[in-house]
Amino acid sequence: MQRSYLLYFFITLFGLILIGRLFQLQILNEQSYDPLHNSAVKIEYDYPERGYIYDRNGKLLVANQLSYDVMVQPNQVKPLDTLEFCKLLKIDKPDFLKRFKRAERYARYLPSVFLKQLAKEDFAFLQEKLHKYSGFFIQKRIIRDYPINAAANVLGYIGEVNEATARKNNYYQQGELEGKDGVEKQYEFFLRGKKGKKYFKRNNLNKITGSLDNGARDTLAKNGKDLILTLDIDLQIYAQKLMKGKRGGIVALEPSTGEILALVTAPTYDPNMLVGRKRSKNSTFLFKIDSINKPSYDRGLMGAYPPGSPFKMMNALIGLQEKVINQQSSFRCYNGYRYGKRKNEFMGCHCAIYDYPIKLKKAISKSCNSYFSNTYKKIIEKNNKPKEGLDNWHRHVTSFGLGNYLGYDLPAGVSGFIPDGQYYEDNLNYRWNGSSNISNAIGQGQILTTPIQLANFTAAIANRGYFYTPHIVKKIDNKTIKTPKYTEKKQTTIDKEHFEPVIEAMHEVFKTGTGKYSQVKGIEICGKTGTAENFIRIDGQKVQLKDHSILVAFAPKKNPKIALAIFVENGGYGSTIAAPITSLLIEKYLNKSVSKENKQRELNMINMSLQDIYDIQIQKPKEIASGT
Amino acid sequence: MRQEHNNIFANIDWILVFIFMILVGFGWVNIYAASKTDESFQFLNFSTKYGKQFIFILLSIPLIIIILFFNAKFYEKFATIFYLIALFLLILLFPLGKEINGAKSWFNFGVIGLQPSEFAKAFTALAIAKLVSDKQYNLKLIKNQIKAFIVIFFPAFLIFLQPDAGSAIIYLSFFFALYREGLTLNYILLGSAFIILFILTIFFGSKWMLICAFILISIFAFYLFKKGGKRFFRFNWHKIAGVYAIVGLFIFGIGYTYKNILPTHQKDRFDILLGKKTDNKGIGYNSYQSELTISSGGFTGKGFLKGDLTQGDFVPEQHTDYIFSTVGEEWGFLGSSFVIILFMLMLYRIIYLSETHTNKFGRIYGYSLASILFFHVIVNIGMVIGLLPTVGIPLPFFSYGGSSLWGFTILLFIFIKLDAHKNYDW
Repeated sequence: MQRSYLLYFFITLFGLILIGRLFQLQILNEQSYDPLHNSAVKIEYDYPERGYIYDRNGKLLVANQLSYDVMVQPNQVKPLDTLEFCKLLKIDKPDFLKRFKRAERYARYLPSVFLKQLAKEDFAFLQEKLHKYSGFFIQKRIIRDYPINAAANVLGYIGEVNEATARKNNYYQQGELEGKDGVEKQYEFFLRGKKGKKYFKRNNLNKITGSLDNGARDTLAKNGKDLILTLDIDLQIYAQKLMKGKRGGIVALEPSTGEILALVTAPTYDPNMLVGRKRSKNSTFLFKIDSINKPSYDRGLMGAYPPGSPFKMMNALIGLQEKVINQQSSFRCYNGYRYGKRKNEFMGCHCAIYDYPIKLKKAISKSCNSYFSNTYKKIIEKNNKPKEGLDNWHRHVTSFGLGNYLGYDLPAGVSGFIPDGQYYEDNLNYRWNGSSNISNAIGQGQILTTPIQLANFTAAIANRGYFYTPHIVKKIDNKTIKTPKYTEKKQTTIDKEHFEPVIEAMHEVFKTGTGKYSQVKGIEICGKTGTAENFIRIDGQKVQLKDHSILVAFAPKKNPKIALAIFVENGGYGSTIAAPITSLLIEKYLNKSVSKENKQRELNMINMSLQDIYDIQIQKPKEIASGT
Repeated sequence: MRQEHNNIFANIDWILVFIFMILVGFGWVNIYAASKTDESFQFLNFSTKYGKQFIFILLSIPLIIIILFFNAKFYEKFATIFYLIALFLLILLFPLGKEINGAKSWFNFGVIGLQPSEFAKAFTALAIAKLVSDKQYNLKLIKNQIKAFIVIFFPAFLIFLQPDAGSAIIYLSFFFALYREGLTLNYILLGSAFIILFILTIFFGSKWMLICAFILISIFAFYLFKKGGKRFFRFNWHKIAGVYAIVGLFIFGIGYTYKNILPTHQKDRFDILLGKKTDNKGIGYNSYQSELTISSGGFTGKGFLKGDLTQGDFVPEQHTDYIFSTVGEEWGFLGSSFVIILFMLMLYRIIYLSETHTNKFGRIYGYSLASILFFHVIVNIGMVIGLLPTVGIPLPFFSYGGSSLWGFTILLFIFIKLDAHKNYDW
């Protein structure tokens, strides 16, 4: 073998290895290279203006304002008179050093925020002087502005996208703003618009060396779309005013459309708290520290409670539909209803009609527990098969949108709970019947509903058998929404004719029953009050607190314009707080103002505070004991 | 025998000259792309890298004419002197050299620096050719082998001390030339075996390698025992024991050196290459960026001056050692394969021509040239495309740098001159 072959062989072998490796890098792996997103391309964003938000009458709720951030690029900073500079920015020297170090830690050769969101007057002053300090400059940013201090829970707020979102969603870069709650979150896609992109070539020193492909790939920013909400901001403000000093929620709907007229949670906060320099301090307070009042917790959407007496209408409707009762059926009450032989198997009643036949209308207006216990038992045990009976009952109840997420267009909510036959099969290990869960008759027991579900339930009654899914947005970009979910009628399982007697009875409540002191002249209000018992534990002892009060109502009786549900924590009987507030809201909404004779009622409600009751719940037993 | 021609271009191998011109020309195009700073074009100007390189290329023309002007015999006669001058210059670096990047490899003359190690290769090749072509010389003798090794070892050692380990490694290539002249293949095989052992040890750790090596050698010894029986063992037991000892010590030594003696930055280079570590920002940045840059070129490349990673200077040292990444990005798979094929053709041609020399001196020199070029190309491109660890040596004719360009030009054109004279009387 010739000795020259070895070198020939090696040259060929290694030459092919190199070419093979190039093949692997350039042809097999080429897909991994992205011509637009790599270190040689810098993308600069042009931020569009976020859409404005208006109420149903065209009142501006959310606008934008300019804000000015002082930026710094540490490697360009030259020695400066820190004392003067600190005075300009209204910070002290340790703060200056801290901020500067933080910027340096982030990157010496990239700009970062030095001081956020200057006040406008500071900006004007600073702008003249800032050129003296190289490395510092001002960047404009658009932030939200709330001309009206109301409805913070509905509107939500915007905040910087977090790292996880920025990584998952390739629209956002870290540090950009997105809707975090409420409408801002739900309609983020419409509100944000589309940011413009400019592509630049850059070198290894992050210096821009020209535009990429002569700007052929650049895009223009598209402004966000304006939203018109279904909210009536005057009603909302009024409701928030009435709820001052109380905890609870109010949901008001327009029954004929499902539009949310007011969505109140109390206590609430000023939406402007989450804008500007105080933002981080305020948000810590609102979301973390104030865990007792929970101002960021939307009680109208998230509070799930047993509905109490308003649920009796449900059982009345089902009883009528299932023909286990009719308008003439009557039951007797003996200060309560005995559902078992043992001593404690007895449900008390406050209707005060002893041993006298009670018919439907009276039963509702007087809220007779015995009547509905009998009705409920008949519904459940209709065919002597309680599981089937309960499943049938469940079918009727859920057709009103109870027991599950309603599907409204706000990001917060809970499902509530309506038990079905299987639930008791699983949880009771004996042969059960209607007596075993008789509490369902009067809206206690396992049933849980939220105020918005109850409001929707009321709207369905007001409509005599159907409802539209509640929603908050009326128009996007001045075009009425066409989402079928919100424009299609949802029929309940109860026939229309069964509603009239129930509505008559509800009217009776405000004429002669628990709501009679909250009547409004000229408006036929139909409603039903209720209470939910509540207990807390203080020092290991079970203490019963004042009941939560609940009220559902709609008005006027014919052709209803508003249906609402109100819930006041520890509000006691519905007649003391819930009923007057309801009547005031209805009057305000239908008549646009509150008449003189009801002004005193208004004043009472505004000044009514339940703070002392809430204070008991803060677990400081010694203070209670000293009780001065 | 024919008489000599007066024409200095007579009989020269135009194929080699042609390949040389393409490589240098294409190299400059890529240096231009990699070092272009702004729109103004600074030709023939020392202020830009490409301008400087263009002057070096122009100056290499008189250099070539001078080389071709001398008689071929001149190179044989004065080979020893050249070699000694080279050694002298390398020694002179220690007191007078300028330290750049931690190595004293440069003489500094204001605008121009001179790197003697680039020229030393050519002169060592001449010295080896002279030594081995001697009629009295027989490479089969250990004594003569040692002589050759010393000639190779001296400049390599001086360069290693600068320290420039990369350029020193190139001197291993002379083994190919010596092999052609009768040196046993065992040296190369043994060397390769130890290199493989070295890599495996780093990769798997010395403990596992010791166990594996022990098992493998034992199996081999058992095989010999079965074949040769007791008699074979009685005569060769010391050799087998020696294999155990050497391999064991080697693995242990490598493992120990690697863990405790080798500087971290060199250790990291191996670790990154072997995939034991990823570090795309620190020490692995060069390799990572260079691979990314090449891979972004795709099949046809992004086009001249359109490689955004090249234009953004993302690959450090791109105009010198990493010049091949520019080819990869702007000219794609087609361009980079073309360069490799050009080098292969050049090497084939040199070997082919060397074999036609009746005179041993020319043949040995030709083989030395081919081996040096081969090593440079493999080590440089292998590094740029992430197959070999980072070793800072230039790509012949391509990389920016006057010394390197002239060094290789001298190396090549002495051969072309020798080749032109191969049919004349010596």
